[in-house]
Amino acid sequence: MKITLDQDKCVASGQCVTAADSVFDQRDEDGIAVLLDAEPSPEREAEVRQAAAVCPVLAIRIQS
Amino acid sequence: MTNHLGQDVLVVGASAAGLSTAEALRRGGHRGRLTLIDAELHPPYDRPPLSKQFLSGAWNDARIALRPPEALSELDADFVLGERATHLDVAQRRVKTNTGRVVSADSVVIATGVRPRRLAGQEAFTGAHVLRSVDDARRLRAGLRPGRRLVVVGNGVLGSEVAATARGLGLSVSLVGSAEQPMGGQLGDLGASELAAVHRAAGVNLVGGHHVRSLIGESGRGGRVTGVVLDSGEVLPADEVIVAIGSEPATDWLIGSGLELDDGVLCDSRCRAADGVWAVGDVARWEHLGLGGTIRLENRTNATEQAIAVARDVLGDGEPYLPVPFFWTDQYGVKIQMYGAIPPGARTEVVDGDPADGRFVALAHDDDRLVGVLGWGIPKQTRVRRQELAEQMAASVPALR
Repeated sequence: MKITLDQDKCVASGQCVTAADSVFDQRDEDGIAVLLDAEPSPEREAEVRQAAAVCPVLAIRIQS
Repeated sequence: MTNHLGQDVLVVGASAAGLSTAEALRRGGHRGRLTLIDAELHPPYDRPPLSKQFLSGAWNDARIALRPPEALSELDADFVLGERATHLDVAQRRVKTNTGRVVSADSVVIATGVRPRRLAGQEAFTGAHVLRSVDDARRLRAGLRPGRRLVVVGNGVLGSEVAATARGLGLSVSLVGSAEQPMGGQLGDLGASELAAVHRAAGVNLVGGHHVRSLIGESGRGGRVTGVVLDSGEVLPADEVIVAIGSEPATDWLIGSGLELDDGVLCDSRCRAADGVWAVGDVARWEHLGLGGTIRLENRTNATEQAIAVARDVLGDGEPYLPVPFFWTDQYGVKIQMYGAIPPGARTEVVDGDPADGRFVALAHDDDRLVGVLGWGIPKQTRVRRQELAEQMAASVPALR
């Protein structure tokens, strides 16, 4: 599983961090999402898919 | 589960909530027939930018599409666009549209959203707008030329956003509404006075604490609007008027269906309106077990989260839907975020940052109970505080402990 994050789209809602806080974080200054782990282990798949689904601007893409 | 995965599902409404439901169904393994009906001809698009980046002209049509065309084809769903659902037979789970089309399904998901309220007589005037659809946004955008006078009627979220965008485009803007300060009903006194300060600094004429009596304009149908009459009798001259006084759930097509309608489609805690019928997004009023009562949320993140919950329940794997309500707004580059709500009379206290620096988080308590988290220009810290609210809400749901 490989994740890409489009920071230009991100609106800093933090939904991805709430869903998968070992994979996503937010910048302190403006809340824009950052990827902590672009290739998380398979047991994270469910929460990563949830994070991608709840992103209000669909800034997260998953390639399996 | 085989039966659930192979069933026919009809989703009425193909905006954020309807489309997200369809996608969550497919992600959950649903492979039966999937139909989405929507009154609009446009492929699904996102609404929050309509009052901001799309209205200002910074974003084009492609940028507000909810999905690229190939993602929509991958869904393997039938999109029936430009047709309005006019009737639902609950027992048969059968929907009719204005063209006479009849679609039956094992499960029906209602996602028809809301429609904007208008002032009486507003439709007689050219230049008197509402803003809900992309077509509304295009018409309004065409009128937002530098130097023109815009009166925004309604100082809630949408009105405040449009005022900020129009000011950025160089219009002379008045923001009129029943709240004393912009978004006073949403942000509480502290947030609303901060918001009033940034609007004022940007040069917006704030006219709070007033209702609008009527619009005036050139006589005859289609005459141009020329002003807004306040309840005080004062007239605010206008070249364009945008009416943003809230919305009503689009449930007129469900009258007589047997579904209970009460400011939305009334649903149980799993968003079920009847056997085999669910409601999702702006149109749904469901029993939120964590808040003790029914609520209806008109915001973007709820559309997606509720869609995921509904899709699970349609597939036989549901549970009560218990979100922490959340919305955000961007005005003049400030990101304002709210978890929960700030009811009138709540006590607010700044816990991170400082309003003087333009960055802070405030907690709102009602009778010592945490009810809201307001973030101003400080998204990460705001989300961290959300957790306290989530925990408290979970603790108040005995059945789930």
